[in-house]
Amino acid sequence: MSSTPKLSISEMDASYGDHQVLHSIDMQIPAQQVTALIGPSGCGKSTYLRCLNRMHELTTSATVNGTVELDGADIYHDDIDPVLLRRRIGMVFQKPAPFPTWSIADNVLAGMKLTGGVPDNADEIVEKALKGAALWDEVKDKLDKPGTSLSGGQQQRLCIARAITVEPDVLLMDEPCSAIDPVATARVENLIHELGENYTIVVVTHNMQQAARISDKTAFLMMGELVEFDDTSKLFSNPAKQQTEDYITGKFG
Amino acid sequence: MMNKDQRIGGRIAEWGFRTMCLAAVIIPLLVLATLVIDVAIDGTQRLSWEFISSYPSRIAEQAGVLPALVGSLFVIAMTGLLAIPIGVAAAVYLNEYGKNSWVANIIEINIANLAGVPSVVYGLLGLGLFVRFAGMGRSVLAAACTLALLILPIVIMASREALRSVPSSLREASYGLGATKWETIRQVVLPMALPGILTGTILSISRAIGETAPLIVVGAVAYMTFLPDGLNSSFSVLPIQIYDWTTRPQAEFLINAAAGIMVLLSVMLLLNTVAILLRNKYQKRMY
Ligand SMILES: Nc1ncnc2c1ncn2[C@@H]1O[C@H](COP(=O)(O)OP(=O)(O)OP(=O)(O)O)[C@@H](O)[C@H]1O
Ligand SMILES: [Mg+2]
Repeated sequence: MSSTPKLSISEMDASYGDHQVLHSIDMQIPAQQVTALIGPSGCGKSTYLRCLNRMHELTTSATVNGTVELDGADIYHDDIDPVLLRRRIGMVFQKPAPFPTWSIADNVLAGMKLTGGVPDNADEIVEKALKGAALWDEVKDKLDKPGTSLSGGQQQRLCIARAITVEPDVLLMDEPCSAIDPVATARVENLIHELGENYTIVVVTHNMQQAARISDKTAFLMMGELVEFDDTSKLFSNPAKQQTEDYITGKFG
Repeated sequence: MMNKDQRIGGRIAEWGFRTMCLAAVIIPLLVLATLVIDVAIDGTQRLSWEFISSYPSRIAEQAGVLPALVGSLFVIAMTGLLAIPIGVAAAVYLNEYGKNSWVANIIEINIANLAGVPSVVYGLLGLGLFVRFAGMGRSVLAAACTLALLILPIVIMASREALRSVPSSLREASYGLGATKWETIRQVVLPMALPGILTGTILSISRAIGETAPLIVVGAVAYMTFLPDGLNSSFSVLPIQIYDWTTRPQAEFLINAAAGIMVLLSVMLLLNTVAILLRNKYQKRMY
């Protein structure tokens, strides 16, 4: 276990208007490990994730309180530009959303294309990112085809490639496998596991076997509160809280 | 028993309704076709390269539409140049920046109302604002400004609709990659909305090209012996030329009017074709 946390969250509340969704979350997310977030639908997992890269505030009337520190610096401080922050904390969404007007290669380079310029070694970057996302062999002959011409699972890996091209420190993934088939899921799971060696990953999942397979640590959320957060092996084999046990043994949710 | 009767009744009702709907499609089409054919029979007698390339004349057989055609194209090009950037910018503001702000809401309600204002009212506005107050006189520029004002609500509404149809997941994906709002709009949202924006604006322009009332008010002339040579030039446009010919006592001029209508319809058809081609081209680029 690394000693200093990558993300340090304390007393974080989040609301949509009057509706408070997250209640005083405290959590230390370790660097270069995979942290899974599990919990029943509607408990606030997506909201939690979106608070970590300041996407939450893009929703009208959404608010966040408390502190979130990235490498010890508060990301909600006035000096922090949320746009620059999002280049350090990347995100992969539940539904793959490649840019429909762009080719596969351009989609991989999207972060650079959007924010200024594509460097000279674009081809190398594309190849490296697609290899990193375990997609290279499938698409290397059709890089100029539209990103949306791929299958759902390929699109999701394309979105992962797109996210890692920006070279973020942290990768947030919101149910990255929920829209794809089991074979593609297995590939994305392997990928997450591998990426976890270099990146700090926070992944939301509905699937507890998946959490057990891919993560080093797991957090269990219920009704906007953090119930339990521990090493994945410990949380699944010997949970400290009754609620956690009920959830992982399928008694509810 | 009861059931069966009801079913028969239902079938008759359905048959009646279908026939009514069919009639609603066919009758207007027939009327329209009759009109066009009638015009074409008259117009083709006169329609020729000479007709298109001649100036108006007191002698019907020698009169042509050149100044009016050039005037129409000139005015409409300027109208597009004014209305499209402003309209798209306004739509971007309303859809991307002003969401839920009270300013945006008020503007929105008013735009829908403005689209319904009779065009002659825009003519009066143009006369007061551009011709007199801004001192543009009865010029191409004044006409273009007036028509731009007239189609602006339609351009804004069409563009707004196109922007609204861009899925928010793409905007979020772009923000998630560290793009600013402007970078997202310029590179993700606008390219996707382009086909819709193009179709909407070209259709509104092809509507403006047929407008007569506001241009009468703004001061288009029917008897031009020269081509408009700049933004401050006086001008004629096709609908005005056509209207003028229909008011002449000699029957030959009615034939000229019919030929003029054919020229006008061809220009509109051309514009609409361009709209469809552009839309198909850019839509194919997606998925
Ligand atoms: N844009 C929004 N506006 C208002 N309320 C919202 C919004 N998004 C989410 N909520 C509410 O916040 C709560 C938490 O939602 P969230 O999407 O974070 O849950 P989740 O744990 O990700 O659920 P799921 O597993 O179904 O994705 C829900 O009660 C939901 O109704
Ligand atoms: Mg969710």
